[in-house]
Amino acid sequence: MGAAMKKSMPRELTRQQYLDLYYYMRLNRAVEETMVKLFRQNKIVGGLYSSLGQEAISVGTCYALEKKDWIAPMIRNIGALLVKGVPPRDIFMQHMAKYDSPTKGRDGTSHFGDLDNLHIVSPISMLGDLIPVMAGVAIGGRYLGQKIVAMTWIGDGGSSTGVFHEGLNFAAAQKAAFVLILENNLWAYSTPVGRQVPLENLADRATGYGMDSYIVDGNNVVAVYKTAREAVERARAGEGPILIEAKTFRRLGHAQHDPAEYVPKEMRAYWEARDPIALYEKFLTGEKLLDAPVKKEIDERLETLLEAEREFAENSPMPPPEFAEGGVYCTGDDCHKIQARWERPIAEVTPPKSSVKAVWTVPGFGSGKGSGGVDAAIHFGDAPAVMDKPANNGRSAKAAAKPAAKTAPKKAKAAAAGASRKARR
Amino acid sequence: MAGGNGAATNGFASGGRQVTFLEAIRQAMFEEMERDPTVLLMGEDVGVYGGAFKTSEGLLERFGWERVIDTPISESAIIGAACGMSYVGLRPICEMQFIDFIVCAFNQITNFLAKGHYLWNAPAPIVIRGPSGGGVHGGPFHSANPEMYFVHTPGLKVIYPSTPYDAKGLLKAAVRDNNPVLFFEHKFLYRRIKGEVPAEDYTVPIGKSVVRREGRHLTILSYAAMMHASLEAADALAKEGIEAEVIDLRTLLPLDEESILSSVKKTNKCLVVHEDTKTGGIAGEIAALLCEKAFSDLDGPLVRVTALDTPVPYAPTLEEYFLPNAKKVFAAAKELARY
Repeated sequence: MGAAMKKSMPRELTRQQYLDLYYYMRLNRAVEETMVKLFRQNKIVGGLYSSLGQEAISVGTCYALEKKDWIAPMIRNIGALLVKGVPPRDIFMQHMAKYDSPTKGRDGTSHFGDLDNLHIVSPISMLGDLIPVMAGVAIGGRYLGQKIVAMTWIGDGGSSTGVFHEGLNFAAAQKAAFVLILENNLWAYSTPVGRQVPLENLADRATGYGMDSYIVDGNNVVAVYKTAREAVERARAGEGPILIEAKTFRRLGHAQHDPAEYVPKEMRAYWEARDPIALYEKFLTGEKLLDAPVKKEIDERLETLLEAEREFAENSPMPPPEFAEGGVYCTGDDCHKIQARWERPIAEVTPPKSSVKAVWTVPGFGSGKGSGGVDAAIHFGDAPAVMDKPANNGRSAKAAAKPAAKTAPKKAKAAAAGASRKARR
Repeated sequence: MAGGNGAATNGFASGGRQVTFLEAIRQAMFEEMERDPTVLLMGEDVGVYGGAFKTSEGLLERFGWERVIDTPISESAIIGAACGMSYVGLRPICEMQFIDFIVCAFNQITNFLAKGHYLWNAPAPIVIRGPSGGGVHGGPFHSANPEMYFVHTPGLKVIYPSTPYDAKGLLKAAVRDNNPVLFFEHKFLYRRIKGEVPAEDYTVPIGKSVVRREGRHLTILSYAAMMHASLEAADALAKEGIEAEVIDLRTLLPLDEESILSSVKKTNKCLVVHEDTKTGGIAGEIAALLCEKAFSDLDGPLVRVTALDTPVPYAPTLEEYFLPNAKKVFAAAKELARY
């Protein structure tokens, strides 16, 4: 593994980026270790779900986003929340149902969001539902002229839901700037992926939507980050949604209560030897990016931070019982002033400028690898169809129809690569 | 309002005349989209085709494909995406081609939309609208009245109008509301009912009923198509000396408890008429309300005139038997008036 990993990781990141990835993975794990202690002290209300061994995915993917981008985590994506800037105390308090938590005790775990500042959409327990929601965020953002990317995660289990299909298909039809991370951790509760899906690679699901996809070693944080960065840049450049399958393993049970005895011992041993943090430490040390003093500094920083955060969380009160009542409805402007952040001239979408000729084409519709790659044309009224071309092979039709689209993403890609790194923190 | 910028209005005359129920809905969407660029419409065949019932005819030509979005047949994706759009400050209107299909998105509506504000302070200003109701021989999957699935869901608002004036004013209010609003359009009324709508911009408040006819002998509560059956029955009752007070609920969630109670306290008798099936219908909820808050004012039992507790049958003979009508309302009211 070490050699393979090294091969796939030429030094393209700055030292700070390498160390950021390390820090956030360590923070992710330390936050969860603190919560396991709290759980054993009966201070966690309800279940506790672990992302042990999957930290590279949450951290590496979210780190590829810019501040303005949107995420919707799943319950195991604590690392993504931390990279986005959520303080550990919020995560602790959510799990402890405290009044100072983001949902003030009305919901738990990672079920919270922040529309205005961090751009986080709260998950619900029904898997797959975040996919059309985040497609909508991307479509809405594009409509407002914002160059945002929306990202969410799904498991091997959740990829079999109906709404996974509806959401991805709609995102692809709309060419939404949306990136879906499919964390294939091999187990949906107690059911192995082989009994759920007759596919070797879940990334193959993307083909059915005309979407591009990647497969990445989910325990290699640099590979995850670089793949996500490329996907994010392509989505931002207008290439449509992209799916990344990250191969990994769920090291613990479905939640704390589940000893996961159904997992074969050899499988567990195989993956325990591929711990993403241990592997990355080895890499960093080998590359002389991390040494004992730096590591010690990070250890101490984490310890101090989490001690203070945990203490704050423990001292927060439980919500007063009567807080169960009220708050179901937005009461109007005094409650929420809903405002769209326009980053394009509104005149473009208001009549008469918005009026369309009676022909609607979607440039690049279905331009993924799996499709013919032609523009889709719909005609109505008595206007002629614009795409009355001889049945040609898809590639040339695409090139002829949209020469600009071929070059634009590249330019944007280069620009975004420079800018996004600078924009970070 | 419409066409205020002097551009072509695609046949959308601004109010001030008799319009059909359907035209009132079309005007409401047109005017709201004209007024506010954050308002979008999405649904199956709403763009190029103008909607299965033509409620969005001309909107694509006027507002362009970014604001009038033809979607795949994916109700969950439509409502899920609308939810995401609302999070960036937009106000999408989702059309269900027939309201029967709203249940395909049940999870998105009840778990995502309805709970967001309570749980994580996320308002979702979305309207979900579509043709509902029976009487047009649509059969068991094109005639539903699924309002009560949603009346049972805190966080939603549920509107079911009966006149063009209310349809337009309530739909505008729904678009401007910061909560997810379900707007049921009884398709029997689409082209059969005409009414005056004002030329100027107006809204009808959500959560307020209206007295359609004053009376003192009993209160008839109804909404949507059955409103018209109830008024017809009230005319017949009047000829027999029974003055029924007829109230149009208009909004089912939140229910206008105050007006219901004040009318029943006056007439002391209450009849509820709805086209929805009987068990779990709004009449049961109103019965509970009266028991809790007007028990001593009642001179007789609460009487329900509703559809049968069966799916909506297809054959005209069966459907006619299944549905309530003015005759059934008349008979039940006459019986109740005897108390």
